[in-house]
Amino acid sequence: MTRPESLTHKSMTLGEAGAALAFGLLAFLSLLIAAKAHTSEYAFHAYLFAAGSIAAVFAIIDRYYNRPAEKAPLTIDGKPNYNMGPVKVATVAAMLWGIAGFTIGLLAALQLAFPVLNFDLSWLSFGRIRPLHTSAVIFAFGGNVLIATSFYVVQRTCRARLAGDLAPWFVVLGYNFFILIAGTGYLLGITQSKEYAEPEWYADLWLTVVWVVYFLVFLGTIIRRSEPHIYVANWFYIAFILTIAVLHLGNNAAIPVSIFSPKSYIVWSGVQDAMVQWWYGHNAVGFFLTAGFLAIMYYFIPKRVERPVYSYRLSIIHFWALIFLYIWAGPHHLHYTALPDWAQTLGMTFSVMLWMPSWGGMINGLMTLSGAWDKLRTDPVLRMMVVSVAFYGMSTFEGPLMSIKAVNSLSHYTDWTIGHVHSGALGWVAFVSFGAVYCLVPWLWNRKGLYSLKLVNWHFWISTIGIVLYISAMWVSGILQGLMWRAYTNLGFLEYSFIETVEAMHPFYVIRALGGALFLIGSCLMVFNLWMTVRSGDTEITTQSEPSLVPAE
Amino acid sequence: MSATYRFLAEFAQSWGLVYFVTVFMIVVAYALWPSNKQKFDEASRMPLRED
Repeated sequence: MTRPESLTHKSMTLGEAGAALAFGLLAFLSLLIAAKAHTSEYAFHAYLFAAGSIAAVFAIIDRYYNRPAEKAPLTIDGKPNYNMGPVKVATVAAMLWGIAGFTIGLLAALQLAFPVLNFDLSWLSFGRIRPLHTSAVIFAFGGNVLIATSFYVVQRTCRARLAGDLAPWFVVLGYNFFILIAGTGYLLGITQSKEYAEPEWYADLWLTVVWVVYFLVFLGTIIRRSEPHIYVANWFYIAFILTIAVLHLGNNAAIPVSIFSPKSYIVWSGVQDAMVQWWYGHNAVGFFLTAGFLAIMYYFIPKRVERPVYSYRLSIIHFWALIFLYIWAGPHHLHYTALPDWAQTLGMTFSVMLWMPSWGGMINGLMTLSGAWDKLRTDPVLRMMVVSVAFYGMSTFEGPLMSIKAVNSLSHYTDWTIGHVHSGALGWVAFVSFGAVYCLVPWLWNRKGLYSLKLVNWHFWISTIGIVLYISAMWVSGILQGLMWRAYTNLGFLEYSFIETVEAMHPFYVIRALGGALFLIGSCLMVFNLWMTVRSGDTEITTQSEPSLVPAE
Repeated sequence: MSATYRFLAEFAQSWGLVYFVTVFMIVVAYALWPSNKQKFDEASRMPLRED
C-alpha cells in the first residue's frame, strides 16, 4: 500500500490485455471478411473495422506505456476524482455531428423543394440522404449529447468516479464508430429499410456490444455512489439505456445471408414485423428522445436556476407513469393498416393517456423556475432550456391528438407528421441539448463562463424563428395535403391527382428549407461561441460556484 | 396455437392489468408517503450541493 511510486511494478491490467487481444482478433476477422466480401461496399466496411481495431490496439498499448503504474485514484483529498475525458470527447462529437446532421437535413429539405439538387448521384438521392439526416441528428448528435451528459450527471450526483478504465472510452469511441459505419452505409446504399434502425446486422451487433458496456459503466458508477439516494435524472438515464437495449435487440432480430454479406432477413414477418418496428420506433421516441433528455432537464435546469426541482415527488410519479404508458403507444403508427383493430385502439388510448405524465413533467420543469423567473431575462441559456420544455409540452399535446384515429386519418402520411416530429426534435430535444452543452463546456474546460452570452441570445432567436417557420409551414402543407388527398368530385372520383398535391406543397417546402437554414445558422454560432470559450483560456480559480440558496418552505 | 393466444390475451387483459395497476399504485403511495418527504427533499438538492 505505502510503497513509493517508483518501486511499484507496472503491469497491464486484465482489461487492457483482454481488450487489446479482442481488438486484434476483430482486426483479423475483419480482414478475412474484407477479402471474401460479396460486395465492395461491405468490403469497405470490413476494412474500416480492421483499421479501427488496429488503431484501438495501438491506442491501448500507447496508453499503457504513458500511464502511471497505479490506477487512477477514486478520490483525491476526499473529493471524488471525476473522469471527464470521455465526457469532453462526446461533447465535441455531439457538436460536430450536429452541424453535419443539420446540414444534411437542409440538403434534404432543399431536394424536396428543388429535386434537381439530387445531382443525379445515387449516393445523394433523397432515399439515402433522409436516413443519413435522421440518424445523424438523433443518434449521432442526440446520442453523443446523452452519453456526455449521462457520464457527467451520474458522476456528479453519485459523487463517484466513472466506473471502468478503458470502458468509458470504449463506449464513446465505439459509439461514434457505429455512427461512422451507419452513415457511410446509408450513402453506399446499405440499409435494412427499418425506419430509425436502418443499419445492417454487423453494425447492430457492434452497437449491442457498445451499449452493454455503456449500461455496465453507468450501473457500475451508481453502485459506487457515496450518496444514499439515486437522483431522479439517473433513473431516467437508466430507463433510456435499458429500454433502448431491449428495443434494439427485438427490432434487429435478423439472420444474415452469410457472414460475408451485408444483407440480412428479419425473423418477424408481415404485420408482426410492422408492429415490432413501431414498438421499437415509438419507444425510440419515448426512451431515447424523451426519457434521456428529461434526465437532462432534471439535472441542468435546477443547476442553472440554482434551485431544486419544483416537486421531487412529482418527478417520481412522472418517471413511473412515463415508463408504464409509453411502451404501449407504438400501434398508433399503424392506424388503418392490417394490424388488429384492438391493437390500434390500445395504441391510441395509451397515447392519449401519455398526455398526463408528459404535462406533469413539463410543469415540474417549468415550475422549478418559480421565484426565479427574472433569470429568464438575463440568462439566454436558461431561456433556451425553458423554451425547450415548453416545446416538450406542445409536442406531447400534439402527439396524443394526432394518435386519435379520426385525426390520424387526416394527418397520417402527410407533412403534419414531419412538423410534429420537428417541433419535438428541434424545439425540445435540440434546444435542451444546446442548453446542456452551453452549461457543460465551461464546467468541463474549467472556464468562468461562456465567451459571449450575446451570441447565445442570437442563437436562441435565430433558431427559434427557424423552428416556427418550419413547423407552421408543415402544419399548413400537411393539412392541405391531407384534405387534397381525400377530396372527391360529385361523381365520386378523386378531385386531385397525386402530382397536383406535390405541386401545391412547393411554397411550404421552400419555407421549411428556410427554417432549417436559420436553425443551422444558429447552431454554427453556437459552435463558434463554444470554440472561443475553450480557446479563451479564461480559467476559473475555484472550480465551483458558491453554495446555492435553498427556498423557504 | 389459437388456444394459447386466447389464454395469453385473457391473462394479459385481466391479471396483467391488475398487476400493473397495483404496482403503479405502490409507486404513487411511495412517492406521496408523508415520512418519505424529508428524504425526497434532500434528494432534490443533490445536484446543487458542491464537493
